Formats: sequence, C-alpha cells, structure tokens
Amino acid sequence: MISTTETAVTLEVNGTSRELRLDNRRTLLDALREQLELTGTKKGCDHGQCGACTVLLDGRRVNSCLVLAVTADGSTVTTVEGLAADGTLHPVQQAFLDHDAFQCGFCTPGQLCSAVGLLAEAEAAGEALDEPTVRERMSGNICRCGAYPHIVRAVVEVAS
Amino acid sequence: MREFGYLRPTDPVEAVRLLVGSPEARYLAGGTNLVDLMKLGVERPRLLVDVSRLPLGDVTPTDGGGLRIGALVTNADLAADPRVRAAYPVLSQALLAGASGQLRNRATTAGNLLQRTRCLYFQDTAKPCNKRSPGTGCPAREGVHRDLAVLGASEQCIATHPSDLAVALAALDAVVELLGPDGPRTLPVTDLHRLPGDRPHEEHRLLPGELITAVAVPPPVPETLSAYRKVRDRASYAFALASAAGILAVRAGRVTHLALVLGGLAPKPWRARAAEQRLIGAPADEASFTAAVEAELAAARPLRDNAYKVPLARNLAVRLLCDLAAKGQAR
Amino acid sequence: MSGHGRLEGREKVTGAARYSDDRRPAGCLHACPVPATVARGAITSIDTSEALADPRVVAVLTHLDAPRLAEADDPTLAVLQSARVSYRGQCVALAVAETLEAAEQAATVVRVTYEAEPHDVVLVEDHPGIYAPDLANGGHPADRVRGDFDAAWAAAEVRIDATYRIPPLHNHPMEPHAATAWWEDGRLTAYDSSQGTGEVQKTLAALFRLEHTQVLAVSEHVGGGFGCKGTPRPHVVLAAMAARAVGRPVRLALPRAQLAATVGHRAPTVQRVRLAARSDGRIQGLAQEILTRSSTVKEFVEQAAVPARVMYRSPASRTTHRVVRQDVPTPSWMRAPGETPGMFALESAMDELALACGLDPMELRLRNEPDTEPDSGRPFSSRHLTECLREGARRFGWQRRGPAGRPEGRLLVGTGVAASTYPVLIGSAAAEVRAEADGTFVVRVNATDIGTGARTVLAVIAAEVLAVPVDRIRPEIGRSDLPRGGVAGGSSGTSSWGWAVHAATSGLARRLAEGVRVPPEGLSVCVDTRELVAQGTEFARHAFGAQFAEVQVDRDTGEVRLRRLLGVFAAGRILNPRTARSQLLGGMVMGASMALLEESTMDPAFGDHAERDLASYHVAVNADVPDVQAYWIEEEDRHVSPMGSKGIGEIGIVGTAAAVANAVHHATGVRVRDLPIGARALLGRFSGP
Repeated sequence: MISTTETAVTLEVNGTSRELRLDNRRTLLDALREQLELTGTKKGCDHGQCGACTVLLDGRRVNSCLVLAVTADGSTVTTVEGLAADGTLHPVQQAFLDHDAFQCGFCTPGQLCSAVGLLAEAEAAGEALDEPTVRERMSGNICRCGAYPHIVRAVVEVAS
Repeated sequence: MREFGYLRPTDPVEAVRLLVGSPEARYLAGGTNLVDLMKLGVERPRLLVDVSRLPLGDVTPTDGGGLRIGALVTNADLAADPRVRAAYPVLSQALLAGASGQLRNRATTAGNLLQRTRCLYFQDTAKPCNKRSPGTGCPAREGVHRDLAVLGASEQCIATHPSDLAVALAALDAVVELLGPDGPRTLPVTDLHRLPGDRPHEEHRLLPGELITAVAVPPPVPETLSAYRKVRDRASYAFALASAAGILAVRAGRVTHLALVLGGLAPKPWRARAAEQRLIGAPADEASFTAAVEAELAAARPLRDNAYKVPLARNLAVRLLCDLAAKGQAR
Repeated sequence: MSGHGRLEGREKVTGAARYSDDRRPAGCLHACPVPATVARGAITSIDTSEALADPRVVAVLTHLDAPRLAEADDPTLAVLQSARVSYRGQCVALAVAETLEAAEQAATVVRVTYEAEPHDVVLVEDHPGIYAPDLANGGHPADRVRGDFDAAWAAAEVRIDATYRIPPLHNHPMEPHAATAWWEDGRLTAYDSSQGTGEVQKTLAALFRLEHTQVLAVSEHVGGGFGCKGTPRPHVVLAAMAARAVGRPVRLALPRAQLAATVGHRAPTVQRVRLAARSDGRIQGLAQEILTRSSTVKEFVEQAAVPARVMYRSPASRTTHRVVRQDVPTPSWMRAPGETPGMFALESAMDELALACGLDPMELRLRNEPDTEPDSGRPFSSRHLTECLREGARRFGWQRRGPAGRPEGRLLVGTGVAASTYPVLIGSAAAEVRAEADGTFVVRVNATDIGTGARTVLAVIAAEVLAVPVDRIRPEIGRSDLPRGGVAGGSSGTSSWGWAVHAATSGLARRLAEGVRVPPEGLSVCVDTRELVAQGTEFARHAFGAQFAEVQVDRDTGEVRLRRLLGVFAAGRILNPRTARSQLLGGMVMGASMALLEESTMDPAFGDHAERDLASYHVAVNADVPDVQAYWIEEEDRHVSPMGSKGIGEIGIVGTAAAVANAVHHATGVRVRDLPIGARALLGRFSGP
C-alpha cells in the first residue's frame, strides 16, 4: 500500500452521494463546511468539547470536528440541513421553535442533531426519556445563551 | 496539523506490519483523542493506519463465562450491552460517566485505555513538558496542577490518566489482548500503564507496533456487587477530580472479596492493593473501610493546590464501599 | 408560550442562518494568527521560510511587512504594528493560505524569536503599581464618598468586614470571533461577528484611513457575544489587513484557544466590603473597595463598586476602585460588567449581615430600601425590588425556610436569596420605517441580534404602533449602511433602537392616518433620536430583581449541585415575553455557571490564562441547570422610553452567583467568598457525617 496526503472518498450527505478529493487532514466538519458548503454545521471549539459540530454519521451522533473525513469514506451523513424533509420541519426542529429553545442559534444545529441521535438511541434501547435523562444525555452540547431549560422541554416533548 | 499519509488495512496482521514498517506512524480508531492531539500539535504522525474497520468490534462470551470486548467496541455500545449492564454494572457506569453521548459513539475500548493525559502543559506545545518533550521540565509542579496527580507521580511528571473505563477494567481484573509483530500476547489492565518515574514519556507497556485487539473480562466474582462513582466539577461532561470503582462481597459482616481502584488521582488507574489486603476478612463497616483507604492514601504526595484530592478520594471510596456493603446486606 | 417567535427562527433551526464564517466569496483565503509565546518582550526575528515552503501558503504577515495602520483609539487593535509583545497570546504573525489546513499548519511553523523580559502577571493586594484611576468602566467616577464612613464604622453595633475574590472569567460565546473581509475598488467589506457593526465600520475606516462610506460591516447573525464582541476585535482588523495585502478575500475564525487572550475577559476582582449596621439591620455605613487589574496596553477598570451606589440606604458610603496594570491580556466587558462581580460581593455581605443581626435575609433588604438613589439623591423612575422579593418568595416557597438547611441522606440542602440591579442605558439611534404598497412595512435600523431576539422585538414595537400583525413587518438590521444604531450591549438595544423605530413608526402611522397614500416605491419616515435622548432625565433609572436558589451539597465530596433557581424581575414593560423569558433564564444560567464552575487561572510562570478550552474552562452544561424559572412583575415606567421598557439582557446574571453562594452557606454553614464554589472550596470545611 502506498499512502499519499490526499484521498478520494465518497460520502452520502443528506441523501445525495458526493465524491470528494480530500486533504487527509480535513475533518468531516471542514469537508462539510468548506467543500460541500453546508455551513449549517458549526465550529464552536474544534476539539470535541462543545458539540456545535454534531452530525449524524451512519445514523449516530458524533462530533464531526474529531472525525477525519477520509475515515468516513462510504458513510452516510445527516446534517442540520438534512433534517427537514420536503420543507416539513423535523419534529425536533419544530419543538425547538415552539419552546424558544435557542437564542443566538449557533449551537442549535448541533443540539438538533444531537437530540435526533439521542431519540434514536433511546428508541433502540427501549428507554423512556425523562427530563433528568435528557439533561444528562444532552450535556455534550454546550449552549452559552443558557437555553437548556427550553431545550430539555423540546426534546422531552418529542420523546413522549 | 502536519500532513500525513493514510492507509486502511483490512486485517490486524497487516495493520501491525504497516505500523512497524513506518516510522512516525499511529493507529487511528475512533480518533476522539488522537485527532484532538494532532490538532494541538502534540501528536505529529507521518502516517495514520486506520484500524477502525478491522473486525474487532464485537462483544463475545468467553469460554470461562466472561466477556471478550473487541478493541473497537465503542464506549456507547459497550455501556448499552445488556450483558455488561447485568453482570458488570461498574463497567457500564464508568462508561456512562465519561465524555458525552457523541464522544461515546466514536471512542473505542482500546483507544479509551490509551488516551493521553489532559494536563494543560502536556497539551500546550509552547510550554515545557517531560512527557511530551523529554527533559524539558515539568512546569505543572509549580504551576496549575489542581486537577493533577497525588499518587504515583514523580518529580518529572504529575499527570493523571483521564480514563474512567480503565478504572473499571482494572477493578475487574481485565486482561488486554495484544497483537504484535511477534504474534499475540496478553497483559493485565493493571499492568498496562507505567508510572512516570524519570521516563514520563513511556506511558504504557505495549511493544512497538503492538495493537490492542480485545479486552477480556473474567466472569463476575460470585456474590459481589460493583459500582463506579465519579466526582467532577460539572454535573456531566468533565474529567474526574477523583473517581472510584469498587467490587465487593460481604459474608457474615466480613469482606470476602474486594477490588478497589481510584481514578483521577494518579498517572494510571490506582489499584488500591494495600486497602484491599487490609480489608479481606475485616469487618465490612465504615471504620474499617476508612482505616484501609487512609492506609492506601498514606502514599499520597499532594502539592499546593491539589491536596483536596486526598480527603476527597478517601470520602468517595469509603462511601462507595459503605453503599455497596449496605446494598449487599439488603439483598 | 406567549409572545412572538423569533423571526429568524426557521433559518436557525434549518442551518440556513449565515454567521460571519459562513460566507463564501470567490477566491477566499484562510488566515490563522500566530500567538506570542512570551508575556513581555520584543520580537527579535521571524523566520517564515518553512511556512512559505508550502505552495498553498500565500503570505505570512508580520510587523515587518503588514500594512501600516493609523493610530487606533483602542490600542489592542494595533495588530502587527511593532516588535513589542505586551501579553502572551498577542498576534505576532498571520499565516494566509488557500486552505484552512495549510493556514493552520503554516501558523505552527512560523519561527519567532524574542528577547523576553521579566513579566508581572500575579495580582497581589500590595502590588506597588496599584493606583487610583479617574474613571471606572462606563464613565463612573472611580471613587465616591458620601457621609463619614469611618465614623459610622466606629459607631456600628454590627460590623461585617469581608473580602471576596472573583477570578478572571471568559465570555466564551459559542461562535468564536470570525471575520470575512475583502476589498473592491478601495472599498472594504467585512462580515464580522460583532455586537455592533457601526463601531466596526468606524474603527476600520479610521485604521485604514478611509471614509466611513468606504467600509461596509455586516453582522447578520451573531453566535453570542456577552460583551466580548461589543467592540471591534483584532481578528477583523487582521482579516481586513490580510485581504488588502494579498488582494483577495480572507476569512479568519479565531481558534477557541486564542479567545482567552485576544477578545477580552472579566477582570479578576478583590473586593472588600464593610457594612456598619444597627442591631436591627439598618445600614449606617457601607464601603466597597475594589482592586482589579488591566493590561499595559489599555486601562479597563471593572466598575464593581458601582451597584453599591444604587442599592441600599446608608447615611455614609465609600465606594472605590483601584487598578494595577500588568503584562496580561486586556480585560473588557462581560455580561453586566460591574454589576455582576460587585453584586456577588455586596449581596453575599448582605447575607452575612442578616445572619449577624438574626434577620431573614429578605427582611434585611426590605429594611434598607432607599427612598431615592442613595448616592445621587435622585428619585427612581421606578423601583420595585420589594415586589420582586415578595413575589419571588411566594413562588419559591421562601417562608418554609428554616434558619439552617436540611439534611437529605448524605446531602445538605439549602436556599438563598440575592437582589439584582442593572441600569437603564439608552443611546440614540436612527431608524427608517417604510410602508410598502403591498401592505407590509420595512423597518431599517442598524441593530444587531446576538441572540436576544432584537429583530423580533423591533418588529413587535412597529407592529404595535401600526396596529398590524407582526408578520407584516420586515426588519432589516445588522449592516453599517442602515440608519445608525449603537452596539448590542449594556442591555440598551431595545430601548435605543426601539425608541428610534417607535418614533419613526409613529410618524409613519400619523401620515397614514392623515390619509397619505402609499406610492409604488413606498412611503418612508426616518427619525433620529439624538435630540430626544440627549434631553436626559432627572430620574435614576434602573431595573431590579430578586433571585432565589436551592442547592444540594454532598457531605462526602463537597460537590455542589443546583436544584432550583427562580428569578423575579422588575424591568419595565416586557415587550416580547417569549424572548424576554429566554434572555432572563440565560442570564441566570450564566450566573449559576459563574458561581459553581467558571475559573480561569493566570499562569504565573508563563503569563497566560491556563484554561483556554471548553474542557478546562468549565461553563455550565445542560445537567448543571435542572430547574430555572424567570418571572417579572408588571412595571409601568413612563420615564425610560416611549415603550416603557428597561433592558433585560444582563439583569438575569447579576444576583445569581450571590443567591447560590448564600444557599451554599445555608446548606453547610460555610461562607465561600472566593468563586467558584465547588468541591475544592468546600471539602473539609464543614462538619462531616
């Protein structure tokens, strides 16, 4: 095997297959933002410490800033831009609007993807989501505006 | 981040061969620690050998009644595994006390064991650090060290090991399965990490190129109860100020089995052997727990700003053991 | 939920909202700053050869070749202008490259050598450089003396003398500061994450010697600021400078780790509070003496003693500020500068006084309510602190509180209260409101929505005047080519921009009422409130509030966890309950975070803030704030603005930390005077099991 510093990969992003030639250093976050111009996913800390960059990778929530894009070859990615279907908001998006679960909105794409991932995790485990559980499981998404009480209400509403 | 090559071998033997044959190469699995360290410039590999798709992602029963945890089983999957939840609560609890939902979805069993310290000096390449750049010094001793080690540290390094999982595995007497250029071998988790001494850059006992392929957990010791408790500044998503994993069996009011491991206090999961020895056969009550844990912590060498960790660890461990004993009695 | 949803809400939940690093002008380059690794000294050489060896690297700017700037009003913006290093983390070079990865890597291989000088970074209370400034932040006189404090102290029946310490704190908005800048025909465009593009435009014009009209600054969506985006920051100057130097658009998003040094922070304070009281709790003398620090680059004096000039009746009062200039990053505004740290100390001291007098802490505050603003003697335009305390007590269940907290298994549970205050600040602004032929209205004012809901509340104000549904109003904000509006800071936005919108809309409504027909191009009214606002007021204008906290403390580990937080505020008319509630809750969450978690350490050996990431500088996560509630009382105040509203962006944070600290004392009997309060502060300080 010979290695080079660039690699060609295929990603299925929000339902569309995308072929990219990547600097091996490029994170999934930067591939989305810089190459695919999907700027909804945000860079808050770039070190896996804030959750603003959360996307669904093969259906699971991950910090896209810590995923080298080259390692995601062949994966499916869902970003905040891919949550709504045919102009209808995802129930979590609608609940965030209904509960004013954000202020500046910068952490919101990550909160939304994280919440969608969390709901799937709970469903897979057959777990009910109450407020304390949601608080704990959403703690990887920092909101400096302090919208937490409303975020929790929004997620619990969708869960029930 | 420096440029690097990228290879994705399809079997473990090939992975080992690639790593051994390439200077400055690193295995990459979940990336939650390595990619972070590459961004910081702490790790500067020329080649990444992506092992994340090797067939090491299953949890399987062992012949002896334990579990073999594939190196690539994610923290999330392991915590959720019904067998783990039923037979090894300490493991499941430790995993769920670590990181965030997102990180647990990526972080792997092997990667978690090998994660590097969060010492702020280690992470800042503009400052000296004996672990990162041997011989440059340890500014943490005089500087910011309130989260750093009180046990097992040295003049050269006071870093702590940040893993919660490793603390639980050390209590379970788990064994790391390795594959190296010369074939497979095993190593108890408690022997995986080294204390810093005067060589803090040598953190573990893996040989060059060795790949962790699995962690084998022996069957639960009969009549034991186990638990993990972690103290941190935030209510979630923070490294431990101190943590404790305990596995306890009590019969007729006396301790018949005990494994006690302290986390967040030392450069490795701190198996409290002295406390364990004192307690086997001793009354399972607060007084004897306290005496034993204090005997263990007699080895502590706190610094200006981390002395709080000693009473914290004592109270935490004693309370954990008291709770386990009470729970055992109620059962 | 009552009130109007955010007009940009759908954009924010679909990822369509564009922040300053989301613009993609053709040919845009990436820039990455190189931070200084000494706290004081001079650059002796810079070797850029390795950085430039990568063909993707377009330029490395240094003080030797960067464009020369005109002298800056704010000396922190004089980037790459000299070899002098005044703090660790200061930008000493800027790598510019075709890709983000290449720029970041290039920045790490720029070799800078320094002649380092000994640095002075440790704030000590007997520092020889301590001096009395003329003014504290906000234009307040540094010292105010009223009556004879020393005599009151000598004669007091009860004395509290306590010193409180707050470490440096960092704003850490979720969006790191970012700018995208380009030049076209001598004109500069800068998309910047700023709380006020007017100031960015003015500053860039001055630095690059341009007419104001040659600079366009835009902040369409801003990912939080909390003060640290309140003035232009080095990143936007660097982006503009690099774009000029290389002749292409340049994007610069600061790495999170560089925020602590370059965008301001809440300065550390050491605050001695003395309360001289009669045994019935009536205060006879109040002294609050602040020691804080600033950088050698710029004087910034955290005005922590200022709220004491507003709060309680006292015949004698002495409030002073002292400062020392050290080789550290320059502090600046962080949510309610002055009030937040000052009220932590004052409201903690009030709790100590209540205990010393054997009074309920709420009762103590009621007994010391002033008739007029204590320092100025001016009448309050409105002051309903008493009502906030009573309403909060009712909702919180304060009357069930015993003299000490209660045990709950291995936990100790306690409650605490504190008061809040924040001034009504109003700046002038201009607004244009245009009736369109299709029956909609466009509101144009250079406001900035940093998450406050400014866009929405301005539409609400216009809709109310015009008596039309809010969805008929289309606000245009966040651009320096709109009618001028001030910064989104000091809780002044709604009052300042809103007044102009209110006035312009009222003018338009009158014309429409007169029967003027809307022509196809629309009918427009512009108003500038400069003269209206300049008239000032004879009233002391402040918002007030009361916060109640319940905490649990683990006896074994000293872990403190918040259980409940409840605030009641009197902040004039609440124009949009929905976004107002979020603002107040958010302030309280940040206050709880300050009380329990936030701590930045100045590294004495290296001269930087040691905690520069979100793993080591802890801000509250979701699990830290279980139950937070915000309420307000209906308050009519005709002396603030035509809308009758006071600001709400900051008052939520003000009393929170003291309420939490007071609750911890109630639970444990331990008075923590140095923030943050956590296991480290508490362990071993209260009686065990």
